[in-house]
Amino acid sequence: MPLIGVLALQGDFEAHLEMMRELSAPAREVRTAAALQEVDALIIPGGESTTMLRLLHRENLWQELARFGEEKPIFGTCAGAILMASEVSHPQQESFSMMDIAVIRNGYGRQLDSRIVLLHPEPGIEEVLGRDLEAVFIRAPIIQRVGPGVEVLVRYNGDPVLVRHGKHLAASFHPELTTDSRIHDYFVRRVAETLSFASNP
Amino acid sequence: MDAMNGRPNFAEKISEFRRLSDEQRKDFKLKVGLAEMLKGGVIMDVTTPEQAQIAEEAGAVSVMALERIPADIRKEGGVSRMSAIKMIRGIQETVSIPVMAKARIGHFMEARVLEALGVDFIDESEVLTPADEENHIDKRDFRVPFVCGARNLGEALRRVGEGAAMIRTKGEAGTGDIVEAVRHMRTIMKEMRIIQGMRPDELPTAAKNHQAPLDLIEMVHRTGKLPVPNFSAGGIATPADAALMMSLGAETVFVGSGIFKSSDPMRHAKAIVKAATYWDDPFKVLEACEDIGEPMRGQSVAQTPEAELMAGRGW
Repeated sequence: MPLIGVLALQGDFEAHLEMMRELSAPAREVRTAAALQEVDALIIPGGESTTMLRLLHRENLWQELARFGEEKPIFGTCAGAILMASEVSHPQQESFSMMDIAVIRNGYGRQLDSRIVLLHPEPGIEEVLGRDLEAVFIRAPIIQRVGPGVEVLVRYNGDPVLVRHGKHLAASFHPELTTDSRIHDYFVRRVAETLSFASNP
Repeated sequence: MDAMNGRPNFAEKISEFRRLSDEQRKDFKLKVGLAEMLKGGVIMDVTTPEQAQIAEEAGAVSVMALERIPADIRKEGGVSRMSAIKMIRGIQETVSIPVMAKARIGHFMEARVLEALGVDFIDESEVLTPADEENHIDKRDFRVPFVCGARNLGEALRRVGEGAAMIRTKGEAGTGDIVEAVRHMRTIMKEMRIIQGMRPDELPTAAKNHQAPLDLIEMVHRTGKLPVPNFSAGGIATPADAALMMSLGAETVFVGSGIFKSSDPMRHAKAIVKAATYWDDPFKVLEACEDIGEPMRGQSVAQTPEAELMAGRGW
Protein backbone atom coordinates (compact mmCIF):
# COMPACT_ATOMS: atom_id res chain seq x y z
CA MET A 1 0.00 0.00 0.00
CA PRO A 2 1.32 3.47 -0.81
CA LEU A 3 1.82 5.94 2.02
CA ILE A 4 -0.23 9.08 1.39
CA GLY A 5 0.88 12.39 2.90
CA VAL A 6 -1.56 15.19 3.63
CA LEU A 7 -0.07 18.69 3.66
CA ALA A 8 -1.01 19.94 7.12
CA LEU A 9 0.17 23.55 7.18
CA GLN A 10 -3.41 24.79 7.41
CA GLY A 11 -6.93 23.89 6.27
CA ASP A 12 -9.15 20.81 6.36
CA PHE A 13 -6.30 18.28 6.33
CA GLU A 14 -8.02 16.31 9.09
CA ALA A 15 -10.96 15.61 6.78
CA HIS A 16 -8.62 14.09 4.19
CA LEU A 17 -6.94 11.95 6.84
CA GLU A 18 -10.38 10.78 7.92
CA MET A 19 -11.11 9.73 4.31
CA MET A 20 -7.86 7.77 4.24
CA ARG A 21 -8.80 6.01 7.49
CA GLU A 22 -12.14 5.11 5.97
CA LEU A 23 -10.34 3.58 2.99
CA SER A 24 -7.83 1.84 5.31
CA ALA A 25 -5.06 3.60 3.35
CA PRO A 26 -1.93 4.49 5.36
CA ALA A 27 -1.62 8.26 5.63
CA ARG A 28 0.17 10.91 7.67
CA GLU A 29 0.40 14.65 8.13
CA VAL A 30 3.20 16.45 6.28
CA ARG A 31 4.54 19.73 7.70
CA THR A 32 8.26 19.44 6.96
CA ALA A 33 10.60 18.53 4.10
CA ALA A 34 11.70 15.43 6.03
CA ALA A 35 8.12 14.16 6.30
CA LEU A 36 7.57 14.87 2.60
CA GLN A 37 10.49 12.60 1.67
CA GLU A 38 8.79 9.64 3.30
CA VAL A 39 5.48 9.64 1.44
CA ASP A 40 4.57 8.21 -1.98
CA ALA A 41 1.94 10.78 -2.86
CA LEU A 42 0.54 13.98 -1.41
CA ILE A 43 -2.84 15.57 -0.86
CA ILE A 44 -2.99 19.37 -0.69
CA PRO A 45 -6.19 20.14 1.26
CA GLY A 46 -8.73 22.91 1.15
CA GLY A 47 -8.03 26.02 3.18
CA GLU A 48 -6.63 29.41 2.32
CA SER A 49 -4.20 29.20 -0.59
CA THR A 50 -2.53 32.52 0.34
CA THR A 51 -1.74 31.21 3.84
CA MET A 52 -0.33 27.93 2.51
CA LEU A 53 1.67 29.77 -0.13
CA ARG A 54 3.35 31.96 2.48
CA LEU A 55 4.11 29.12 4.85
CA LEU A 56 5.56 27.02 2.00
CA HIS A 57 8.01 29.82 1.21
CA ARG A 58 8.88 30.69 4.79
CA GLU A 59 9.49 27.09 5.78
CA ASN A 60 11.57 26.38 2.64
CA LEU A 61 9.08 23.82 1.38
CA TRP A 62 8.39 25.45 -1.99
CA GLN A 63 11.31 23.90 -3.90
CA GLU A 64 10.87 20.58 -2.13
CA LEU A 65 7.22 20.38 -3.09
CA ALA A 66 7.88 21.46 -6.69
CA ARG A 67 10.44 18.66 -7.02
CA PHE A 68 8.10 16.18 -5.34
CA GLY A 69 5.42 16.99 -7.92
CA GLU A 70 7.77 16.19 -10.79
CA GLU A 71 8.07 12.61 -9.60
CA LYS A 72 5.09 11.76 -7.47
CA PRO A 73 1.31 12.15 -7.69
CA ILE A 74 -0.46 15.03 -5.99
CA PHE A 75 -4.20 15.52 -5.41
CA GLY A 76 -5.34 19.05 -4.61
CA THR A 77 -8.80 20.15 -3.50
CA CYS A 78 -9.91 23.79 -3.73
CA ALA A 79 -6.90 25.71 -2.31
CA GLY A 80 -4.80 22.70 -3.32
CA ALA A 81 -6.02 22.95 -6.92
CA ILE A 82 -5.17 26.66 -6.91
CA LEU A 83 -1.60 25.94 -5.81
CA MET A 84 -1.19 23.25 -8.51
CA ALA A 85 -2.50 25.41 -11.37
CA SER A 86 -0.40 26.98 -14.11
CA GLU A 87 -2.25 30.28 -13.95
CA VAL A 88 -4.11 31.95 -11.06
CA SER A 89 -6.18 35.12 -11.26
CA HIS A 90 -8.46 37.27 -9.07
CA PRO A 91 -6.04 38.19 -7.74
CA GLN A 92 -3.06 36.86 -9.63
CA GLN A 93 -0.94 34.59 -7.44
CA GLU A 94 2.14 32.39 -7.67
CA SER A 95 1.54 28.66 -8.25
CA PHE A 96 3.40 25.39 -8.96
CA SER A 97 2.28 24.84 -12.58
CA MET A 98 1.96 21.14 -11.92
CA MET A 99 -1.21 21.02 -14.00
CA ASP A 100 -2.00 23.00 -17.11
CA ILE A 101 -5.14 24.68 -15.79
CA ALA A 102 -6.09 28.32 -15.28
CA VAL A 103 -8.14 29.11 -12.18
CA ILE A 104 -10.06 32.14 -10.94
CA ARG A 105 -9.89 32.33 -7.15
CA ASN A 106 -13.28 32.56 -5.41
CA GLY A 107 -14.68 32.37 -8.93
CA TYR A 108 -18.08 31.25 -7.68
CA GLY A 109 -18.24 34.15 -5.22
CA ARG A 110 -18.23 34.63 -1.46
CA GLN A 111 -19.54 32.33 1.26
CA LEU A 112 -23.16 33.22 0.43
CA ASP A 113 -22.55 31.70 -3.01
CA SER A 114 -21.19 28.45 -1.58
CA ARG A 115 -23.33 25.46 -2.58
CA ILE A 116 -23.78 21.71 -2.62
CA VAL A 117 -24.74 20.07 -5.90
CA LEU A 118 -25.10 16.56 -7.30
CA LEU A 119 -22.79 15.89 -10.25
CA HIS A 120 -22.37 13.12 -12.79
CA PRO A 121 -18.91 12.26 -14.13
CA GLU A 122 -18.19 12.58 -17.84
CA PRO A 123 -18.79 9.57 -20.07
CA GLY A 124 -15.82 7.21 -19.94
CA ILE A 125 -14.93 7.95 -16.30
CA GLU A 126 -18.49 7.32 -15.15
CA GLU A 127 -17.96 3.58 -14.99
CA VAL A 128 -14.96 4.17 -12.70
CA LEU A 129 -16.44 6.84 -10.42
CA GLY A 130 -20.14 6.03 -10.70
CA ARG A 131 -22.96 8.58 -10.70
CA ASP A 132 -24.34 11.09 -8.18
CA LEU A 133 -21.26 12.66 -6.64
CA GLU A 134 -22.12 15.19 -3.95
CA ALA A 135 -19.90 18.19 -4.61
CA VAL A 136 -19.39 20.76 -1.83
CA PHE A 137 -18.25 24.13 -3.22
CA ILE A 138 -17.00 26.58 -0.57
CA ARG A 139 -15.74 29.93 -1.86
CA ALA A 140 -14.59 27.75 -4.71
CA PRO A 141 -12.27 28.60 -7.60
CA ILE A 142 -13.46 28.28 -11.20
CA ILE A 143 -11.26 26.20 -13.50
CA GLN A 144 -11.50 28.52 -16.43
CA ARG A 145 -9.27 26.80 -18.96
CA VAL A 146 -7.59 23.41 -19.28
CA GLY A 147 -4.61 22.78 -21.53
CA PRO A 148 -4.06 19.89 -23.91
CA GLY A 149 -3.27 16.73 -21.97
CA VAL A 150 -5.69 17.64 -19.19
CA GLU A 151 -8.59 15.25 -18.90
CA VAL A 152 -11.86 16.62 -17.52
CA LEU A 153 -13.50 13.99 -15.32
CA VAL A 154 -16.43 15.97 -13.93
CA ARG A 155 -18.11 19.22 -14.98
CA TYR A 156 -20.53 21.58 -13.25
CA ASN A 157 -22.51 23.98 -15.46
CA GLY A 158 -20.00 23.27 -18.20
CA ASP A 159 -16.96 24.23 -16.05
CA PRO A 160 -14.39 21.50 -15.33
CA VAL A 161 -14.44 20.74 -11.58
CA LEU A 162 -12.45 17.49 -11.36
CA VAL A 163 -9.48 17.22 -13.70
CA ARG A 164 -6.51 14.94 -14.25
CA HIS A 165 -3.17 15.82 -15.78
CA GLY A 166 -0.78 12.88 -15.94
CA LYS A 167 -0.39 11.57 -12.41
CA HIS A 168 -1.96 14.63 -10.78
CA LEU A 169 -5.59 15.18 -9.82
CA ALA A 170 -7.38 18.39 -8.83
CA ALA A 171 -10.89 19.28 -7.70
CA SER A 172 -12.37 22.75 -7.25
CA PHE A 173 -14.79 21.27 -4.68
CA HIS A 174 -14.33 19.29 -1.44
CA PRO A 175 -14.87 15.53 -1.77
CA GLU A 176 -13.29 15.27 1.71
CA LEU A 177 -16.30 17.00 3.28
CA THR A 178 -18.73 14.25 2.30
CA THR A 179 -19.27 10.66 3.43
CA ASP A 180 -18.51 9.49 -0.12
CA SER A 181 -14.90 8.29 -0.52
CA ARG A 182 -15.02 7.35 -4.23
CA ILE A 183 -12.76 10.15 -5.48
CA HIS A 184 -10.17 9.51 -2.76
CA ASP A 185 -10.36 5.80 -3.53
CA TYR A 186 -9.75 6.59 -7.21
CA PHE A 187 -6.65 8.65 -6.30
CA VAL A 188 -5.21 6.01 -3.98
CA ARG A 189 -5.71 3.27 -6.57
CA ARG A 190 -3.99 5.33 -9.24
CA VAL A 191 -1.07 5.99 -6.88
CA ALA A 192 -0.80 2.25 -6.21
CA GLU A 193 -0.79 1.55 -9.95
CA THR A 194 1.92 4.15 -10.56
CA LEU A 195 4.05 2.63 -7.80
CA SER A 196 3.74 -0.96 -8.95
CA PHE A 197 4.51 0.21 -12.47
CA ALA A 198 7.63 1.94 -11.18
CA SER A 199 8.84 -1.10 -9.24
CA ASN A 200 8.09 -3.64 -12.03
CA PRO A 201 8.97 -1.89 -15.25
CA MET B 1 -13.81 2.76 14.93
CA ASP B 2 -17.03 4.54 15.70
CA ALA B 3 -17.98 6.48 12.61
CA MET B 4 -19.14 9.32 14.86
CA ASN B 5 -15.54 10.04 15.79
CA GLY B 6 -14.78 11.79 12.54
CA ARG B 7 -15.32 15.50 12.87
CA PRO B 8 -15.31 16.12 9.09
CA ASN B 9 -18.57 14.30 8.58
CA PHE B 10 -20.02 15.90 11.61
CA ALA B 11 -22.47 17.99 9.65
CA GLU B 12 -23.87 14.72 8.29
CA LYS B 13 -24.11 13.17 11.72
CA ILE B 14 -25.67 16.16 13.39
CA SER B 15 -28.25 16.29 10.58
CA GLU B 16 -29.10 12.64 11.04
CA PHE B 17 -29.18 13.05 14.79
CA ARG B 18 -31.37 16.13 14.80
CA ARG B 19 -33.52 14.83 11.91
CA LEU B 20 -32.83 17.90 9.79
CA SER B 21 -34.34 18.20 6.32
CA ASP B 22 -32.03 17.84 3.31
CA GLU B 23 -32.03 21.61 2.83
CA GLN B 24 -31.06 22.19 6.47
CA ARG B 25 -28.37 19.52 6.20
CA LYS B 26 -26.76 21.19 3.18
CA ASP B 27 -27.02 24.61 4.78
CA PHE B 28 -25.29 23.48 7.97
CA LYS B 29 -22.67 21.56 6.03
CA LEU B 30 -21.66 24.63 4.03
CA LYS B 31 -21.40 26.71 7.19
CA VAL B 32 -19.29 24.17 9.08
CA GLY B 33 -17.35 23.58 5.84
CA LEU B 34 -16.02 27.13 5.82
CA ALA B 35 -15.03 26.77 9.48
CA GLU B 36 -13.12 23.60 8.47
CA MET B 37 -11.16 25.63 5.90
CA LEU B 38 -9.98 28.03 8.60
CA LYS B 39 -8.46 25.33 10.80
CA GLY B 40 -4.82 25.36 11.80
CA GLY B 41 -4.49 29.09 11.34
CA VAL B 42 -4.81 32.56 12.78
CA ILE B 43 -7.77 34.95 12.43
CA MET B 44 -6.70 38.54 13.01
CA ASP B 45 -8.65 41.62 14.15
CA VAL B 46 -8.14 44.54 11.77
CA THR B 47 -9.55 48.05 11.73
CA THR B 48 -8.39 49.36 8.34
CA PRO B 49 -7.73 47.98 4.83
CA GLU B 50 -4.00 48.60 5.45
CA GLN B 51 -4.05 46.38 8.53
CA ALA B 52 -6.04 43.77 6.60
CA GLN B 53 -3.32 43.72 3.98
CA ILE B 54 -0.64 43.22 6.63
CA ALA B 55 -2.69 40.37 8.11
CA GLU B 56 -3.13 38.65 4.74
CA GLU B 57 0.52 39.12 3.87
CA ALA B 58 1.51 37.64 7.23
CA GLY B 59 -0.58 34.54 6.52
CA ALA B 60 -3.88 35.07 8.36
CA VAL B 61 -6.61 32.64 7.24
CA SER B 62 -9.27 35.30 7.78
CA VAL B 63 -9.66 38.81 9.14
CA MET B 64 -12.20 40.18 11.59
CA ALA B 65 -13.17 43.67 10.49
CA LEU B 66 -13.97 45.91 13.46
CA GLU B 67 -13.88 49.57 14.27
CA ARG B 68 -11.83 49.42 17.42
CA ILE B 69 -9.77 46.51 18.65
CA PRO B 70 -10.89 45.21 22.05
CA ALA B 71 -8.00 46.88 23.92
CA ASP B 72 -9.24 50.28 22.69
CA ILE B 73 -12.91 49.47 23.36
CA ARG B 74 -11.81 48.65 26.89
CA LYS B 75 -9.90 51.93 27.22
CA GLU B 76 -12.36 54.27 25.54
CA GLY B 77 -15.66 52.80 26.74
CA GLY B 78 -18.95 53.93 25.21
CA VAL B 79 -21.41 51.73 23.33
CA SER B 80 -19.70 49.34 20.98
CA ARG B 81 -21.69 48.44 17.86
CA MET B 82 -21.41 46.79 14.47
CA SER B 83 -18.59 48.45 12.52
CA ALA B 84 -19.04 51.11 9.85
CA ILE B 85 -20.14 49.52 6.58
CA LYS B 86 -17.69 51.59 4.56
CA MET B 87 -14.77 50.23 6.57
CA ILE B 88 -15.93 46.61 6.20
CA ARG B 89 -16.47 47.08 2.49
CA GLY B 90 -12.99 48.58 2.13
CA ILE B 91 -11.52 45.50 3.76
CA GLN B 92 -13.60 43.15 1.59
CA GLU B 93 -12.24 44.90 -1.47
CA THR B 94 -8.65 44.71 -0.24
CA VAL B 95 -8.16 41.05 0.72
CA SER B 96 -9.03 37.72 -0.87
CA ILE B 97 -9.26 35.75 2.40
CA PRO B 98 -12.65 35.48 4.16
CA VAL B 99 -13.82 38.60 5.99
CA MET B 100 -15.67 38.31 9.29
CA ALA B 101 -17.54 41.05 11.15
CA LYS B 102 -19.12 41.35 14.57
CA ALA B 103 -22.76 41.87 15.49
CA ARG B 104 -24.00 42.64 19.01
CA ILE B 105 -25.44 39.72 20.99
CA GLY B 106 -29.11 39.40 20.06
CA HIS B 107 -28.98 42.15 17.42
CA PHE B 108 -30.37 40.14 14.52
CA MET B 109 -30.82 43.27 12.44
CA GLU B 110 -27.11 44.09 12.52
CA ALA B 111 -26.60 40.48 11.47
CA ARG B 112 -29.06 40.88 8.58
CA VAL B 113 -27.15 43.95 7.43
CA LEU B 114 -23.83 42.10 7.56
CA GLU B 115 -25.37 39.19 5.67
CA ALA B 116 -26.65 41.56 3.00
CA LEU B 117 -23.16 43.04 2.80
CA GLY B 118 -21.86 39.56 2.01
CA VAL B 119 -19.44 39.04 4.90
CA ASP B 120 -18.23 35.44 5.08
CA PHE B 121 -18.75 34.87 8.83
CA ILE B 122 -20.57 36.81 11.57
CA ASP B 123 -19.26 36.85 15.14
CA GLU B 124 -22.13 37.35 17.59
CA SER B 125 -19.73 38.87 20.05
CA GLU B 126 -19.54 39.74 23.71
CA VAL B 127 -16.86 42.29 22.80
CA LEU B 128 -19.65 44.57 21.57
CA THR B 129 -22.29 45.96 23.91
CA PRO B 130 -25.12 43.37 24.08
CA ALA B 131 -28.42 44.36 22.45
CA ASP B 132 -30.54 41.70 24.16
CA GLU B 133 -29.95 40.40 27.67
CA GLU B 134 -32.13 37.29 27.24
CA ASN B 135 -31.97 36.08 23.66
CA HIS B 136 -29.22 35.34 21.21
CA ILE B 137 -29.72 35.57 17.46
CA ASP B 138 -31.55 32.59 15.91
CA LYS B 139 -28.64 31.72 13.66
CA ARG B 140 -30.41 28.84 11.88
CA ASP B 141 -32.41 31.46 10.07
CA PHE B 142 -29.37 32.89 8.25
CA ARG B 143 -27.41 31.72 5.22
CA VAL B 144 -24.17 33.24 6.51
CA PRO B 145 -22.35 31.15 9.14
CA PHE B 146 -21.94 32.40 12.72
CA VAL B 147 -19.22 32.03 15.33
CA CYS B 148 -20.08 32.53 19.01
CA GLY B 149 -18.08 32.73 22.20
CA ALA B 150 -18.40 30.27 25.08
CA ARG B 151 -16.90 29.82 28.54
CA ASN B 152 -18.18 26.33 29.19
CA LEU B 153 -19.78 23.35 27.48
CA GLY B 154 -23.36 24.36 28.20
CA GLU B 155 -22.87 27.78 26.68
CA ALA B 156 -21.13 26.26 23.63
CA LEU B 157 -23.93 23.76 23.02
CA ARG B 158 -26.65 26.36 23.48
CA ARG B 159 -25.00 28.38 20.73
CA VAL B 160 -24.70 25.32 18.46
CA GLY B 161 -28.37 24.63 19.14
CA GLU B 162 -29.14 28.15 17.91
CA GLY B 163 -27.19 27.39 14.73
CA ALA B 164 -23.60 28.52 15.35
CA ALA B 165 -21.16 26.80 12.95
CA MET B 166 -18.06 27.57 15.00
CA ILE B 167 -17.37 28.08 18.69
CA ARG B 168 -14.54 30.12 20.10
CA THR B 169 -13.67 30.12 23.74
CA LYS B 170 -14.16 33.69 24.97
CA GLY B 171 -11.09 34.39 27.03
CA GLU B 172 -10.99 38.05 28.05
CA ALA B 173 -10.63 40.19 24.94
CA GLY B 174 -8.26 43.12 24.82
CA THR B 175 -6.24 42.20 27.90
CA GLY B 176 -3.32 40.27 26.43
CA ASP B 177 -3.74 38.01 29.47
CA ILE B 178 -4.12 34.36 28.46
CA VAL B 179 -5.53 33.16 31.79
CA GLU B 180 -9.23 33.28 30.84
CA ALA B 181 -8.69 31.65 27.43
CA VAL B 182 -6.93 28.78 29.21
CA ARG B 183 -9.68 28.53 31.81
CA HIS B 184 -12.45 28.41 29.19
CA MET B 185 -10.69 25.89 26.95
CA ARG B 186 -9.79 23.61 29.85
CA THR B 187 -13.34 23.84 31.21
CA ILE B 188 -14.93 22.83 27.91
CA MET B 189 -12.47 19.98 27.32
CA LYS B 190 -12.84 18.67 30.85
CA GLU B 191 -16.64 18.85 30.77
CA MET B 192 -16.62 16.89 27.52
CA ARG B 193 -14.42 14.17 29.03
CA ILE B 194 -16.82 13.84 31.95
CA ILE B 195 -19.84 13.58 29.61
CA GLN B 196 -17.99 10.97 27.56
CA GLY B 197 -17.52 8.80 30.63
CA MET B 198 -21.17 8.86 31.68
CA ARG B 199 -23.77 6.12 31.37
CA PRO B 200 -26.37 6.96 28.69
CA ASP B 201 -29.12 7.20 31.32
CA GLU B 202 -27.18 9.95 33.09
CA LEU B 203 -27.19 12.23 30.05
CA PRO B 204 -30.62 13.86 30.55
CA THR B 205 -29.51 15.13 33.96
CA ALA B 206 -26.21 16.27 32.45
CA ALA B 207 -28.22 18.19 29.84
CA LYS B 208 -30.25 19.79 32.62
CA ASN B 209 -27.14 20.73 34.61
CA HIS B 210 -25.35 22.18 31.59
CA GLN B 211 -28.57 23.82 30.35
CA ALA B 212 -27.82 22.37 26.94
CA PRO B 213 -29.94 20.50 24.34
CA LEU B 214 -30.05 16.78 25.15
CA ASP B 215 -29.31 15.61 21.61
CA LEU B 216 -26.12 17.68 21.54
CA ILE B 217 -25.07 16.33 24.95
CA GLU B 218 -25.63 12.84 23.50
CA MET B 219 -23.41 13.70 20.54
CA VAL B 220 -20.62 14.87 22.84
CA HIS B 221 -21.05 11.63 24.79
CA ARG B 222 -20.46 9.63 21.60
CA THR B 223 -17.72 11.73 19.98
CA GLY B 224 -15.90 13.44 22.84
CA LYS B 225 -15.81 16.56 20.68
CA LEU B 226 -17.80 19.71 20.14
CA PRO B 227 -20.25 19.38 17.24
CA VAL B 228 -18.50 22.21 15.35
CA PRO B 229 -14.89 23.41 15.09
CA ASN B 230 -13.59 24.82 18.35
CA PHE B 231 -11.36 27.88 18.10
CA SER B 232 -9.85 30.06 20.81
CA ALA B 233 -9.93 33.82 21.44
CA GLY B 234 -9.44 36.48 24.07
CA GLY B 235 -5.98 37.29 25.41
CA ILE B 236 -3.63 35.58 22.94
CA ALA B 237 -0.66 37.95 22.61
CA THR B 238 2.46 35.89 21.75
CA PRO B 239 3.46 32.89 19.58
CA ALA B 240 3.79 30.81 22.74
CA ASP B 241 0.23 31.79 23.76
CA ALA B 242 -1.03 30.62 20.35
CA ALA B 243 0.85 27.31 20.60
CA LEU B 244 -0.43 26.84 24.16
CA MET B 245 -4.07 27.21 23.05
CA MET B 246 -3.56 24.85 20.10
CA SER B 247 -2.09 22.23 22.39
CA LEU B 248 -5.04 22.59 24.78
CA GLY B 249 -7.38 21.71 21.91
CA ALA B 250 -8.03 24.91 19.93
CA GLU B 251 -8.21 24.27 16.19
CA THR B 252 -7.40 27.86 15.23
CA VAL B 253 -6.71 31.03 17.22
CA PHE B 254 -8.21 34.51 17.02
CA VAL B 255 -5.70 37.25 17.78
CA GLY B 256 -7.17 40.66 18.36
CA SER B 257 -5.25 43.39 20.09
CA GLY B 258 -2.12 41.20 20.31
CA ILE B 259 -0.90 42.00 16.81
CA PHE B 260 -1.58 45.65 16.20
CA LYS B 261 -0.67 46.64 19.76
CA SER B 262 2.77 45.02 19.38
CA SER B 263 5.88 46.95 18.36
CA ASP B 264 6.17 45.36 14.89
CA PRO B 265 2.77 43.99 13.72
CA MET B 266 3.99 42.26 10.53
CA ARG B 267 6.77 40.34 12.29
CA HIS B 268 4.52 39.58 15.21
CA ALA B 269 1.70 38.32 12.98
CA LYS B 270 4.05 36.08 10.98
CA ALA B 271 5.46 34.60 14.16
CA ILE B 272 2.01 33.79 15.53
CA VAL B 273 1.03 32.14 12.22
CA LYS B 274 4.12 29.98 12.43
CA ALA B 275 3.43 28.99 16.02
CA ALA B 276 -0.18 28.05 15.19
CA THR B 277 0.99 25.69 12.42
CA TYR B 278 3.93 24.15 14.27
CA TRP B 279 2.46 24.27 17.79
CA ASP B 280 3.61 20.73 18.57
CA ASP B 281 7.26 21.40 17.64
CA PRO B 282 8.97 23.43 20.43
CA PHE B 283 11.95 24.26 18.16
CA LYS B 284 9.66 25.90 15.61
CA VAL B 285 7.81 27.76 18.39
CA LEU B 286 11.21 28.87 19.65
CA GLU B 287 12.02 30.27 16.20
CA ALA B 288 8.68 32.07 16.25
CA CYS B 289 9.38 33.53 19.71
CA GLU B 290 12.77 34.74 18.55
CA ASP B 291 11.22 36.60 15.63
CA ILE B 292 9.12 39.06 17.59
CA GLY B 293 9.72 42.48 19.07
CA GLU B 294 7.84 43.84 22.05
CA PRO B 295 4.40 42.22 22.61
CA MET B 296 1.40 44.30 23.71
CA ARG B 297 1.76 45.46 27.28
CA GLY B 298 -1.62 44.11 28.32
CA GLN B 299 -3.65 44.29 31.46
CA SER B 300 -3.99 41.52 34.02
CA VAL B 301 -7.52 40.13 34.26
CA ALA B 302 -7.14 39.66 38.02
CA GLN B 303 -6.65 43.43 38.40
CA THR B 304 -9.51 44.40 36.08
CA PRO B 305 -12.71 45.60 37.80
CA GLU B 306 -15.50 43.07 37.36
CA ALA B 307 -17.77 45.57 35.60
CA GLU B 308 -15.19 45.90 32.82
CA LEU B 309 -15.02 42.17 32.04
CA MET B 310 -16.63 41.10 28.78
CA ALA B 311 -16.70 37.30 29.04
CA GLY B 312 -19.77 37.36 31.31
CA ARG B 313 -21.90 38.77 28.50
CA GLY B 314 -23.94 36.01 26.82
CA TRP B 315 -26.61 33.76 28.25
